[in-house]
Amino acid sequence: MVATRKIKYLIIGNSAGGIGAAEAIREVDKAGTITIVSDEPYPTYSRPLISEYLAHPYPVEKMAYRQPDFYEKNKIKTLLGEKVIQVNPDKRTVKLESGTTLAWQKLLLATGGTPIFPEMEGNQLKGVFTFNRLDDSRAIDGFLNQYRNRVRAVVIGGGLIGVSVTEALLRRGIEVTIVEMKDWILNTILDEEAAGFEVQALAQTGTNIITGHTAEKINSYLPGEVSGVTLDDGRVFPCQMAVIAIGVRPRLEVVAESGIKINRGIVVDRRMATSAPDIYACGDAAEAFDFVYGVNRLTPVWPNAYEGGRVAGLNMAGTQTEYQGGTAMNALKYFGVYIASAGLVTPPDDSYETLINRYNGIYKKVIIKKGKLAGMVFAGDIEKSGIVYNLMKDRVDVSKFKEALVADDFGLASLPESVWRDWLAGAPPEGVPVITSIEKPEELVIGD
Amino acid sequence: MKKVYIKEDVCIGCGLCEVYCRLKHSRSKDLVKAYKKETPRPLSRLRVDESGIVSLSVRCQHCDDAPCIGACLTGALSRDPSTSLVIVDEERCIGCGTCTLACPLGIPKLDMAQKKMVKCDLCQDEEIPVCVANCPNEALLYAEVEEALT
Repeated sequence: MVATRKIKYLIIGNSAGGIGAAEAIREVDKAGTITIVSDEPYPTYSRPLISEYLAHPYPVEKMAYRQPDFYEKNKIKTLLGEKVIQVNPDKRTVKLESGTTLAWQKLLLATGGTPIFPEMEGNQLKGVFTFNRLDDSRAIDGFLNQYRNRVRAVVIGGGLIGVSVTEALLRRGIEVTIVEMKDWILNTILDEEAAGFEVQALAQTGTNIITGHTAEKINSYLPGEVSGVTLDDGRVFPCQMAVIAIGVRPRLEVVAESGIKINRGIVVDRRMATSAPDIYACGDAAEAFDFVYGVNRLTPVWPNAYEGGRVAGLNMAGTQTEYQGGTAMNALKYFGVYIASAGLVTPPDDSYETLINRYNGIYKKVIIKKGKLAGMVFAGDIEKSGIVYNLMKDRVDVSKFKEALVADDFGLASLPESVWRDWLAGAPPEGVPVITSIEKPEELVIGD
Repeated sequence: MKKVYIKEDVCIGCGLCEVYCRLKHSRSKDLVKAYKKETPRPLSRLRVDESGIVSLSVRCQHCDDAPCIGACLTGALSRDPSTSLVIVDEERCIGCGTCTLACPLGIPKLDMAQKKMVKCDLCQDEEIPVCVANCPNEALLYAEVEEALT
């Protein structure tokens, strides 16, 4: 069945990127038909909150990313719980698993990412989970609810997802072992010293962190159930459940045979347009401009998905807009420890300059190349981290005040006026009456 | 909409804007209690940055492109259609700090006790924001954004 009327804007994906696009389209085009299709049956929700949901008590209503009347108010049609299986750029259609074919004028691929699931003995056992979407969280919740006794879990992978699920499991009273292949947890977004803040917090919870090793297989004693995880060095950690959190890759199945240019993700230009006419992509599925590297890269973080979606939406609706670019950026608050990082966290070679300041349990580090910021890590205090992030984003030459960036008393006043003036409201307007009247200054009495 | 402009050449960094902001956001509305007794501690929504003789009284600018709104992980930040202010839904804010990292002023403040972000609303229930009204040096100006700028 082919829908006879073409959808003006068809968006595949109902998370940050898709919503960012829909909102941008509606700013420009109030009437053009928008349809959002997603294989998840829920109205848009905040994916990072799945750990809050698992930790309990957290009502699913509080996870809503937009108000309940969002779709209605913006005249957006939704096809939720419907999976797109194929995109046809020539016919300008997409095919749904249910058999329906949808015709579109402009298409956005905001398909997101999918957990990497390794070939590993035992990966099909009940009690093996991934942690990427609400249904994963629900599945783990349902699993845990069967147990009265203390449950032990092994989390395979110590990245953001691994640490998120660990925090949630700990709050449920589960004993956790994290297995991380590299030398320290959160190694893609933190340097070793900042990761140390998290390691310390995790140690206080009794969490066992194994680094430099991988999980070889998931063991089963009772048929179909997890009994433990065996590492590459032969060590066995008994557990009732395992979470596989070794990474996420772009979800590209729908474009696999479409001819749309793919590298690691769907390649897009600065307008978020793909190689096929009228097809755009954003978010975790897309490889968009990274302003630190100066090339297209995957930067699967929520704020970039929203911003990329927004740019895609504006362009889809005919307003020419360029994506300024994004880079990996994360603010963490696991166990009450605040850390923010962006761009590079360790300099790849000695052409980079690194400035570090440590005081009162606070750690600040910036990485500079040719006068411009290439990376930052703030741990223990992230206030004002945004100033540094935006200097990096705007590619401001910081050579003249680089030491100030990590100083204890860093603030906007540490920067040249040309930088902060733009960010503040600008020069005060002339002729605006001030609050109190300007009195004639008292005459200075000199001598007597 | 109106904005707070700073005249940094006459700002002496006395910090009274911060004091009155904190008082405004206290429950007791009593200066001594706000500073010494109340828990959770009321927080100033603005910040005075100083370097040498330059001091800047910094608060949320309710930017047109508001990077904080796009960066917000939970949808707690949005623009109020009636006032054009950037507002936070404290119910939905988890205090993750992503807005702090996204903001060029680094101004979103994290209330560690409540695990929420708190921000300036330009004192919607006052005629003039308290920081402006109490600046002894008229270094703050509350004025309509000029047509040319919008």
